[in-house]
Amino acid sequence: MNKFDTNKSRNDSYFPLAVPVKGAGGLTGSWRTHRPVLDHDKCVGCDICWLYCPDGVIARGTQKIDYDYCKGCGVCEKECPTNAIRMETEE
Amino acid sequence: MGINTNRTKLDTGNNACAEAVKLAAPDIIAAYPITPQTSVSEKLASYVDEGVLHARYIPVESEHSAISAVAAASAAGARTFTATSSQGILYMNEILHYTAGGRLPVVLVNVNRAINAPWCLYVDHQDSASQRDTGWLQLYAGDNQEIHDYVLLAYRTAEEAMIPTMVCYDGFLLSHSMLPYEPIEEEIARKYLPDRDPDWCLHPAYGRKTFAQVTPAFEYSEFRKRLAQESALALDVIKDRGAELDALTGHNVCSHVKPYRNEDADYLIVSMGSMGVEAEMSADILRNQGIKAGSLRVRTFRPFPAETFVELIPEGTSVIVLDRNYAYGTGGGIILQELKEALYGRKVSVRIAGTSIGVGGMELPAQHMADTVKDVILSAWNDKI
Repeated sequence: MNKFDTNKSRNDSYFPLAVPVKGAGGLTGSWRTHRPVLDHDKCVGCDICWLYCPDGVIARGTQKIDYDYCKGCGVCEKECPTNAIRMETEE
Repeated sequence: MGINTNRTKLDTGNNACAEAVKLAAPDIIAAYPITPQTSVSEKLASYVDEGVLHARYIPVESEHSAISAVAAASAAGARTFTATSSQGILYMNEILHYTAGGRLPVVLVNVNRAINAPWCLYVDHQDSASQRDTGWLQLYAGDNQEIHDYVLLAYRTAEEAMIPTMVCYDGFLLSHSMLPYEPIEEEIARKYLPDRDPDWCLHPAYGRKTFAQVTPAFEYSEFRKRLAQESALALDVIKDRGAELDALTGHNVCSHVKPYRNEDADYLIVSMGSMGVEAEMSADILRNQGIKAGSLRVRTFRPFPAETFVELIPEGTSVIVLDRNYAYGTGGGIILQELKEALYGRKVSVRIAGTSIGVGGMELPAQHMADTVKDVILSAWNDKI
Protein backbone atom coordinates (compact mmCIF):
# COMPACT_ATOMS: atom_id res chain seq x y z
CA MET A 1 0.00 0.00 0.00
CA ASN A 2 1.32 3.41 -0.78
CA LYS A 3 0.47 6.73 0.76
CA PHE A 4 -1.89 7.70 -2.03
CA ASP A 5 -4.50 5.15 -1.03
CA THR A 6 -6.02 7.22 1.70
CA ASN A 7 -8.57 9.78 0.66
CA LYS A 8 -8.46 11.19 4.17
CA SER A 9 -5.32 13.12 3.33
CA ARG A 10 -7.24 14.75 0.50
CA ASN A 11 -9.30 17.15 2.52
CA ASP A 12 -10.11 20.69 1.45
CA SER A 13 -6.61 21.95 2.05
CA TYR A 14 -5.05 19.34 -0.26
CA PHE A 15 -5.99 21.29 -3.39
CA PRO A 16 -5.47 25.00 -4.01
CA LEU A 17 -9.19 25.77 -3.96
CA ALA A 18 -10.37 29.02 -2.51
CA VAL A 19 -13.09 31.52 -1.89
CA PRO A 20 -12.36 35.27 -2.02
CA VAL A 21 -10.48 35.94 1.21
CA LYS A 22 -7.76 38.20 2.54
CA GLY A 23 -4.87 36.07 1.31
CA ALA A 24 -1.39 37.33 0.63
CA GLY A 25 -2.98 39.91 -1.64
CA GLY A 26 -5.15 41.49 1.08
CA LEU A 27 -8.29 43.22 -0.16
CA THR A 28 -7.64 42.79 -3.87
CA GLY A 29 -10.41 45.25 -4.69
CA SER A 30 -7.81 47.98 -4.10
CA TRP A 31 -6.06 46.83 -7.30
CA ARG A 32 -9.05 47.98 -9.35
CA THR A 33 -8.84 50.90 -11.78
CA HIS A 34 -12.30 50.25 -13.27
CA ARG A 35 -15.37 49.12 -11.37
CA PRO A 36 -18.11 46.96 -12.88
CA VAL A 37 -21.52 48.49 -12.31
CA LEU A 38 -24.64 46.41 -12.86
CA ASP A 39 -27.75 47.99 -14.40
CA HIS A 40 -30.59 46.01 -12.80
CA ASP A 41 -33.07 47.18 -15.44
CA LYS A 42 -31.06 45.53 -18.20
CA CYS A 43 -30.03 42.46 -16.18
CA VAL A 44 -32.04 39.32 -17.01
CA GLY A 45 -30.50 37.25 -14.20
CA CYS A 46 -28.81 34.72 -16.50
CA ASP A 47 -25.82 34.39 -14.10
CA ILE A 48 -23.29 34.32 -16.95
CA CYS A 49 -21.27 36.97 -15.05
CA TRP A 50 -21.20 34.66 -12.01
CA LEU A 51 -20.03 31.78 -14.19
CA TYR A 52 -17.25 33.74 -15.89
CA CYS A 53 -15.94 35.77 -12.96
CA PRO A 54 -12.39 34.40 -12.48
CA ASP A 55 -12.30 35.44 -8.83
CA GLY A 56 -15.74 34.25 -7.80
CA VAL A 57 -16.81 37.68 -6.50
CA ILE A 58 -20.26 37.77 -8.13
CA ALA A 59 -23.05 36.08 -6.19
CA ARG A 60 -25.18 33.49 -7.96
CA GLY A 61 -28.82 34.53 -8.24
CA THR A 62 -28.45 38.11 -7.00
CA GLN A 63 -25.43 39.07 -9.14
CA LYS A 64 -24.19 41.11 -6.20
CA ILE A 65 -20.58 42.13 -6.79
CA ASP A 66 -18.15 41.90 -3.87
CA TYR A 67 -16.10 45.06 -4.37
CA ASP A 68 -13.71 44.06 -1.56
CA TYR A 69 -12.19 41.47 -3.88
CA CYS A 70 -13.23 42.42 -7.44
CA LYS A 71 -10.00 43.33 -9.28
CA GLY A 72 -11.87 45.06 -12.09
CA CYS A 73 -10.74 42.77 -14.91
CA GLY A 74 -13.86 43.45 -16.97
CA VAL A 75 -14.60 39.87 -18.01
CA CYS A 76 -18.18 40.25 -16.73
CA GLU A 77 -18.74 43.34 -18.89
CA LYS A 78 -17.40 41.50 -21.91
CA GLU A 79 -19.52 38.39 -21.36
CA CYS A 80 -22.82 40.00 -20.31
CA PRO A 81 -25.29 39.25 -23.15
CA THR A 82 -27.53 42.25 -22.38
CA ASN A 83 -24.76 44.81 -21.77
CA ALA A 84 -26.06 45.26 -18.24
CA ILE A 85 -22.54 45.63 -16.80
CA ARG A 86 -20.51 48.74 -17.50
CA MET A 87 -16.95 49.45 -16.37
CA GLU A 88 -16.65 52.85 -14.72
CA THR A 89 -13.36 54.53 -13.92
CA GLU A 90 -12.55 54.45 -10.20
CA GLU A 91 -12.21 57.84 -8.57
CA MET B 1 8.99 -8.36 -29.07
CA GLY B 2 7.24 -11.33 -27.58
CA ILE B 3 3.90 -10.14 -28.83
CA ASN B 4 2.57 -12.08 -31.78
CA THR B 5 -1.08 -13.02 -31.56
CA ASN B 6 -4.02 -12.93 -33.90
CA ARG B 7 -4.92 -9.59 -32.34
CA THR B 8 -1.64 -7.98 -33.37
CA LYS B 9 -2.01 -4.85 -35.50
CA LEU B 10 0.49 -3.02 -37.64
CA ASP B 11 0.18 0.71 -37.07
CA THR B 12 2.00 3.97 -36.41
CA GLY B 13 2.89 5.15 -32.91
CA ASN B 14 0.43 8.02 -33.23
CA ASN B 15 -2.41 5.69 -34.13
CA ALA B 16 -1.46 3.27 -31.34
CA CYS B 17 -1.58 6.27 -29.01
CA ALA B 18 -4.95 7.53 -30.29
CA GLU B 19 -6.39 4.03 -29.96
CA ALA B 20 -5.35 3.97 -26.29
CA VAL B 21 -6.79 7.43 -25.67
CA LYS B 22 -10.07 6.15 -27.12
CA LEU B 23 -9.96 3.31 -24.58
CA ALA B 24 -9.34 5.81 -21.77
CA ALA B 25 -12.48 7.69 -22.89
CA PRO B 26 -11.57 11.25 -21.90
CA ASP B 27 -14.40 13.76 -21.49
CA ILE B 28 -12.44 16.69 -22.89
CA ILE B 29 -9.72 16.81 -25.54
CA ALA B 30 -8.10 20.14 -26.39
CA ALA B 31 -5.32 20.46 -28.94
CA TYR B 32 -3.72 23.02 -31.19
CA PRO B 33 -4.32 21.56 -34.65
CA ILE B 34 -1.42 23.15 -36.57
CA THR B 35 2.31 22.36 -36.63
CA PRO B 36 4.08 21.16 -34.46
CA GLN B 37 1.01 19.02 -33.81
CA THR B 38 1.02 15.38 -34.89
CA SER B 39 -1.57 13.00 -36.29
CA VAL B 40 -2.57 11.92 -32.74
CA SER B 41 -4.94 14.87 -32.43
CA GLU B 42 -6.13 14.39 -36.01
CA LYS B 43 -7.01 10.75 -35.35
CA LEU B 44 -8.83 11.67 -32.15
CA ALA B 45 -10.78 14.40 -33.96
CA SER B 46 -11.99 11.81 -36.46
CA TYR B 47 -12.96 9.41 -33.63
CA VAL B 48 -15.07 12.17 -32.10
CA ASP B 49 -16.53 13.03 -35.51
CA GLU B 50 -17.42 9.38 -36.18
CA GLY B 51 -19.07 9.14 -32.77
CA VAL B 52 -16.86 6.30 -31.54
CA LEU B 53 -15.34 8.58 -28.88
CA HIS B 54 -17.80 10.61 -26.82
CA ALA B 55 -15.53 13.47 -25.89
CA ARG B 56 -15.84 17.20 -26.35
CA TYR B 57 -13.05 18.20 -28.72
CA ILE B 58 -11.82 21.79 -28.45
CA PRO B 59 -9.52 22.94 -31.28
CA VAL B 60 -7.76 25.88 -29.65
CA GLU B 61 -5.59 28.71 -30.93
CA SER B 62 -2.34 27.71 -29.19
CA GLU B 63 -0.68 25.06 -27.05
CA HIS B 64 -0.87 27.46 -24.11
CA SER B 65 -4.64 27.47 -24.56
CA ALA B 66 -4.76 23.69 -25.07
CA ILE B 67 -3.15 22.94 -21.73
CA SER B 68 -5.15 25.73 -20.06
CA ALA B 69 -8.40 24.23 -21.35
CA VAL B 70 -7.61 20.72 -20.16
CA ALA B 71 -6.32 22.01 -16.81
CA ALA B 72 -9.59 23.85 -16.22
CA ALA B 73 -11.66 20.87 -17.37
CA SER B 74 -9.64 18.61 -15.09
CA ALA B 75 -10.34 20.97 -12.18
CA ALA B 76 -14.03 20.62 -13.01
CA GLY B 77 -13.73 16.84 -12.63
CA ALA B 78 -13.29 15.76 -16.26
CA ARG B 79 -10.83 13.22 -17.63
CA THR B 80 -8.74 15.15 -20.13
CA PHE B 81 -6.21 14.70 -22.91
CA THR B 82 -3.92 16.87 -24.97
CA ALA B 83 -1.03 16.16 -27.31
CA THR B 84 1.85 18.26 -28.53
CA SER B 85 5.46 18.22 -29.63
CA SER B 86 8.65 20.30 -29.75
CA GLN B 87 7.94 24.07 -29.56
CA GLY B 88 4.39 23.25 -28.50
CA ILE B 89 5.39 21.81 -25.14
CA LEU B 90 7.73 24.74 -24.58
CA TYR B 91 4.83 27.11 -25.15
CA MET B 92 2.85 25.10 -22.55
CA ASN B 93 5.57 25.51 -19.94
CA GLU B 94 3.81 28.08 -17.75
CA ILE B 95 0.65 26.00 -17.43
CA LEU B 96 2.60 22.75 -17.00
CA HIS B 97 3.81 24.17 -13.67
CA TYR B 98 0.28 25.33 -12.89
CA THR B 99 -1.23 21.91 -13.65
CA ALA B 100 1.19 20.08 -11.38
CA GLY B 101 0.84 22.66 -8.60
CA GLY B 102 -2.94 22.40 -8.91
CA ARG B 103 -2.72 18.59 -8.59
CA LEU B 104 -4.71 18.15 -11.80
CA PRO B 105 -4.45 14.64 -13.31
CA VAL B 106 -4.10 15.75 -16.93
CA VAL B 107 -2.55 13.29 -19.39
CA LEU B 108 -0.42 14.76 -22.14
CA VAL B 109 1.34 13.00 -25.00
CA ASN B 110 4.53 14.60 -26.23
CA VAL B 111 6.03 13.44 -29.49
CA ASN B 112 9.73 14.10 -28.98
CA ARG B 113 11.19 16.43 -31.55
CA ALA B 114 14.11 18.86 -31.63
CA ILE B 115 13.62 22.48 -30.59
CA ASN B 116 14.56 25.77 -32.26
CA ALA B 117 16.97 27.37 -33.16
CA PRO B 118 17.95 26.37 -35.74
CA TRP B 119 14.64 25.03 -36.95
CA CYS B 120 14.58 21.25 -37.05
CA LEU B 121 11.81 18.69 -37.41
CA TYR B 122 13.36 15.47 -36.21
CA VAL B 123 13.67 13.43 -33.05
CA ASP B 124 15.46 14.31 -29.85
CA HIS B 125 14.48 14.55 -26.20
CA GLN B 126 15.29 18.19 -25.43
CA ASP B 127 11.65 19.32 -25.58
CA SER B 128 10.19 17.19 -22.76
CA ALA B 129 13.42 16.43 -20.87
CA SER B 130 13.85 20.17 -20.36
CA GLN B 131 10.39 20.17 -18.68
CA ARG B 132 11.94 17.97 -15.98
CA ASP B 133 11.24 20.31 -13.08
CA THR B 134 7.63 21.20 -13.86
CA GLY B 135 6.40 18.55 -11.38
CA TRP B 136 4.94 16.29 -14.08
CA LEU B 137 5.55 12.56 -14.18
CA GLN B 138 7.17 11.44 -17.45
CA LEU B 139 7.13 8.02 -19.10
CA TYR B 140 9.17 7.32 -22.25
CA ALA B 141 8.08 4.59 -24.64
CA GLY B 142 10.54 2.58 -26.71
CA ASP B 143 8.09 1.05 -29.20
CA ASN B 144 4.46 1.34 -30.25
CA GLN B 145 3.24 -1.27 -27.76
CA GLU B 146 4.68 0.77 -24.93
CA ILE B 147 3.08 3.95 -26.32
CA HIS B 148 -0.31 2.22 -26.35
CA ASP B 149 -0.01 0.73 -22.87
CA TYR B 150 1.62 3.76 -21.21
CA VAL B 151 -1.36 5.98 -22.09
CA LEU B 152 -3.60 3.86 -19.85
CA LEU B 153 -0.86 3.60 -17.22
CA ALA B 154 -0.53 7.39 -17.30
CA TYR B 155 -4.25 7.89 -16.57
CA ARG B 156 -4.26 5.41 -13.69
CA THR B 157 -1.13 6.95 -12.22
CA ALA B 158 -2.19 10.57 -12.67
CA GLU B 159 -5.62 10.03 -11.14
CA GLU B 160 -4.26 8.09 -8.18
CA ALA B 161 -1.28 10.31 -7.44
CA MET B 162 -3.14 13.48 -8.52
CA ILE B 163 -0.08 14.52 -10.48
CA PRO B 164 -0.26 15.20 -14.25
CA THR B 165 1.52 12.63 -16.37
CA MET B 166 3.25 12.83 -19.72
CA VAL B 167 3.80 10.00 -22.17
CA CYS B 168 6.72 10.77 -24.47
CA TYR B 169 7.86 8.96 -27.61
CA ASP B 170 10.22 9.55 -30.48
CA GLY B 171 9.06 11.72 -33.35
CA PHE B 172 8.95 9.96 -36.73
CA LEU B 173 10.95 6.93 -35.53
CA LEU B 174 7.88 5.81 -33.57
CA SER B 175 5.20 8.46 -34.17
CA HIS B 176 5.05 7.89 -37.93
CA SER B 177 6.56 4.40 -38.21
CA MET B 178 4.45 1.28 -38.38
CA LEU B 179 5.29 -1.38 -35.82
CA PRO B 180 3.30 -4.38 -34.63
CA TYR B 181 1.40 -3.93 -31.37
CA GLU B 182 -1.46 -5.66 -29.64
CA PRO B 183 -4.32 -3.29 -28.75
CA ILE B 184 -5.67 -3.68 -25.23
CA GLU B 185 -9.16 -5.18 -25.21
CA GLU B 186 -11.92 -2.77 -24.31
CA GLU B 187 -13.18 -4.83 -21.33
CA ILE B 188 -9.67 -4.97 -19.92
CA ALA B 189 -9.24 -1.23 -20.37
CA ARG B 190 -12.60 -0.54 -18.66
CA LYS B 191 -11.65 -2.79 -15.78
CA TYR B 192 -8.21 -1.25 -15.42
CA LEU B 193 -9.38 2.33 -15.88
CA PRO B 194 -12.96 2.99 -14.78
CA ASP B 195 -14.47 6.47 -15.16
CA ARG B 196 -12.72 9.18 -13.19
CA ASP B 197 -14.05 9.57 -9.67
CA PRO B 198 -12.56 12.85 -8.46
CA ASP B 199 -12.01 13.55 -4.75
CA TRP B 200 -13.20 17.09 -5.38
CA CYS B 201 -14.00 19.38 -8.25
CA LEU B 202 -14.48 23.04 -8.95
CA HIS B 203 -18.26 23.02 -8.88
CA PRO B 204 -20.85 25.33 -7.25
CA ALA B 205 -22.14 22.42 -5.17
CA TYR B 206 -18.73 22.07 -3.59
CA GLY B 207 -18.75 25.64 -2.32
CA ARG B 208 -15.34 26.67 -3.61
CA LYS B 209 -15.36 29.48 -6.10
CA THR B 210 -11.84 30.03 -7.34
CA PHE B 211 -8.61 28.18 -7.91
CA ALA B 212 -5.11 29.03 -6.75
CA GLN B 213 -5.66 32.35 -4.95
CA VAL B 214 -2.76 34.56 -3.92
CA THR B 215 -1.38 32.29 -1.22
CA PRO B 216 0.69 33.26 1.83
CA ALA B 217 4.21 31.85 2.04
CA PHE B 218 3.50 29.16 4.63
CA GLU B 219 0.53 27.63 2.80
CA TYR B 220 2.33 27.94 -0.53
CA SER B 221 5.40 26.17 0.77
CA GLU B 222 3.21 23.39 2.19
CA PHE B 223 1.58 22.84 -1.22
CA ARG B 224 4.92 22.70 -2.97
CA LYS B 225 6.52 20.47 -0.34
CA ARG B 226 3.67 18.01 -0.70
CA LEU B 227 4.04 17.97 -4.49
CA ALA B 228 7.77 17.33 -4.13
CA GLN B 229 7.25 14.49 -1.66
CA GLU B 230 4.38 12.87 -3.52
CA SER B 231 5.98 13.08 -6.95
CA ALA B 232 8.85 11.05 -5.51
CA LEU B 233 6.36 8.58 -3.98
CA ALA B 234 4.65 8.30 -7.37
CA LEU B 235 7.40 5.86 -8.37
CA ASP B 236 5.51 3.23 -6.39
CA VAL B 237 2.23 4.13 -8.06
CA ILE B 238 3.76 3.79 -11.53
CA LYS B 239 5.37 0.48 -10.55
CA ASP B 240 2.25 -1.05 -8.96
CA ARG B 241 -0.21 0.13 -11.59
CA GLY B 242 2.22 -0.94 -14.33
CA ALA B 243 2.45 -4.41 -12.84
CA GLU B 244 -1.34 -4.51 -12.67
CA LEU B 245 -1.65 -3.54 -16.34
CA ASP B 246 0.96 -6.07 -17.40
CA ALA B 247 -0.89 -8.79 -15.50
CA LEU B 248 -4.11 -7.93 -17.32
CA THR B 249 -2.61 -7.63 -20.79
CA GLY B 250 0.28 -10.09 -20.62
CA HIS B 251 2.39 -7.52 -22.47
CA ASN B 252 5.14 -7.16 -19.87
CA VAL B 253 6.17 -3.66 -20.95
CA CYS B 254 5.81 -1.73 -17.68
CA SER B 255 8.89 -1.21 -15.51
CA HIS B 256 10.95 1.80 -14.53
CA VAL B 257 13.98 0.48 -16.38
CA LYS B 258 14.25 -2.15 -19.12
CA PRO B 259 17.40 -4.24 -18.54
CA TYR B 260 19.11 -6.26 -21.24
CA ARG B 261 22.06 -8.68 -20.76
CA ASN B 262 23.00 -6.72 -17.65
CA GLU B 263 23.71 -9.56 -15.20
CA ASP B 264 27.31 -10.24 -16.17
CA ALA B 265 28.06 -6.97 -17.97
CA ASP B 266 31.24 -4.96 -17.45
CA TYR B 267 29.80 -2.01 -19.39
CA LEU B 268 26.20 -0.85 -19.19
CA ILE B 269 24.69 1.48 -21.79
CA VAL B 270 21.98 3.75 -20.35
CA SER B 271 19.64 5.52 -22.78
CA MET B 272 15.99 6.41 -23.31
CA GLY B 273 13.31 6.05 -25.98
CA SER B 274 13.68 4.05 -29.19
CA MET B 275 17.48 4.45 -29.11
CA GLY B 276 17.36 2.28 -25.99
CA VAL B 277 15.95 -0.54 -28.09
CA GLU B 278 18.78 0.00 -30.58
CA ALA B 279 21.23 0.00 -27.65
CA GLU B 280 20.37 -3.65 -27.01
CA MET B 281 21.64 -4.48 -30.49
CA SER B 282 24.72 -2.37 -29.81
CA ALA B 283 25.34 -4.47 -26.70
CA ASP B 284 25.17 -7.61 -28.86
CA ILE B 285 27.67 -6.11 -31.32
CA LEU B 286 30.05 -5.21 -28.47
CA ARG B 287 29.75 -8.70 -27.00
CA ASN B 288 30.69 -10.16 -30.40
CA GLN B 289 33.81 -8.01 -30.15
CA GLY B 290 34.64 -9.42 -26.72
CA ILE B 291 33.32 -6.47 -24.69
CA LYS B 292 30.78 -7.62 -22.09
CA ALA B 293 28.10 -4.97 -22.60
CA GLY B 294 24.49 -4.68 -21.53
CA SER B 295 21.77 -2.08 -21.70
CA LEU B 296 19.48 -0.27 -19.25
CA ARG B 297 16.70 1.70 -20.91
CA VAL B 298 14.96 4.46 -18.97
CA ARG B 299 11.18 4.12 -19.15
CA THR B 300 10.27 6.23 -16.11
CA PHE B 301 12.23 9.48 -16.31
CA ARG B 302 10.20 11.55 -13.83
CA PRO B 303 10.40 10.69 -10.98
CA PHE B 304 13.86 9.32 -11.66
CA PRO B 305 14.03 5.65 -10.57
CA ALA B 306 17.23 6.00 -8.57
CA GLU B 307 16.69 2.90 -6.41
CA THR B 308 16.09 0.75 -9.49
CA PHE B 309 19.42 1.87 -10.94
CA VAL B 310 21.16 1.23 -7.63
CA GLU B 311 19.81 -2.34 -7.80
CA LEU B 312 20.61 -2.87 -11.49
CA ILE B 313 24.15 -1.45 -11.50
CA PRO B 314 26.51 -3.67 -9.47
CA GLU B 315 29.76 -2.43 -7.98
CA GLY B 316 32.63 -2.60 -10.43
CA THR B 317 30.60 -1.89 -13.56
CA SER B 318 31.15 1.04 -15.88
CA VAL B 319 28.18 3.00 -17.15
CA ILE B 320 28.02 4.80 -20.47
CA VAL B 321 25.08 7.20 -20.72
CA LEU B 322 23.92 8.12 -24.21
CA ASP B 323 21.66 11.15 -24.04
CA ARG B 324 19.53 12.40 -26.90
CA ASN B 325 19.61 15.87 -25.30
CA TYR B 326 21.98 18.31 -23.65
CA ALA B 327 22.25 19.56 -20.08
CA TYR B 328 23.86 22.80 -21.20
CA GLY B 329 26.75 23.95 -19.10
CA THR B 330 27.65 20.48 -17.87
CA GLY B 331 29.32 18.94 -20.91
CA GLY B 332 26.86 16.04 -20.95
CA GLY B 333 23.20 15.18 -21.14
CA ILE B 334 20.34 15.25 -18.67
CA ILE B 335 20.23 11.50 -17.90
CA LEU B 336 23.97 11.56 -17.22
CA GLN B 337 23.36 14.19 -14.54
CA GLU B 338 20.39 12.28 -13.11
CA LEU B 339 22.27 9.01 -12.92
CA LYS B 340 25.32 10.54 -11.28
CA GLU B 341 23.02 12.07 -8.69
CA ALA B 342 21.26 8.74 -8.17
CA LEU B 343 24.47 6.76 -7.63
CA TYR B 344 26.52 9.34 -5.72
CA GLY B 345 27.29 8.01 -2.28
CA ARG B 346 25.55 4.71 -3.10
CA LYS B 347 28.35 3.05 -5.10
CA VAL B 348 32.08 3.22 -4.54
CA SER B 349 33.45 1.53 -7.66
CA VAL B 350 31.00 2.41 -10.42
CA ARG B 351 32.37 4.68 -13.15
CA ILE B 352 29.99 6.89 -15.14
CA ALA B 353 30.66 8.75 -18.37
CA GLY B 354 28.52 9.74 -21.28
CA THR B 355 27.90 11.80 -24.34
CA SER B 356 25.03 13.36 -26.25
CA ILE B 357 24.24 11.77 -29.59
CA GLY B 358 21.37 11.49 -32.05
CA VAL B 359 20.25 15.07 -31.48
CA GLY B 360 18.09 16.62 -34.19
CA GLY B 361 17.24 13.26 -35.68
CA MET B 362 20.80 12.11 -36.40
CA GLU B 363 20.47 8.44 -37.22
CA LEU B 364 21.72 6.00 -34.64
CA PRO B 365 22.31 2.60 -36.19
CA ALA B 366 23.40 -0.03 -33.66
CA GLN B 367 26.90 -0.15 -35.12
CA HIS B 368 27.34 3.61 -34.72
CA MET B 369 26.12 3.45 -31.13
CA ALA B 370 28.52 0.58 -30.40
CA ASP B 371 31.38 2.67 -31.84
CA THR B 372 30.30 5.66 -29.75
CA VAL B 373 30.29 3.50 -26.61
CA LYS B 374 33.86 2.44 -27.38
CA ASP B 375 34.86 6.07 -27.96
CA VAL B 376 33.50 6.99 -24.53
CA ILE B 377 35.25 4.05 -22.87
CA LEU B 378 38.56 5.08 -24.43
CA SER B 379 38.29 8.82 -23.91
CA ALA B 380 36.88 8.67 -20.37
CA TRP B 381 38.89 5.80 -18.92
CA ASN B 382 41.39 4.65 -21.56
CA ASP B 383 40.45 1.01 -20.86
CA LYS B 384 42.11 -1.71 -22.95
CA ILE B 385 39.24 -2.90 -25.13
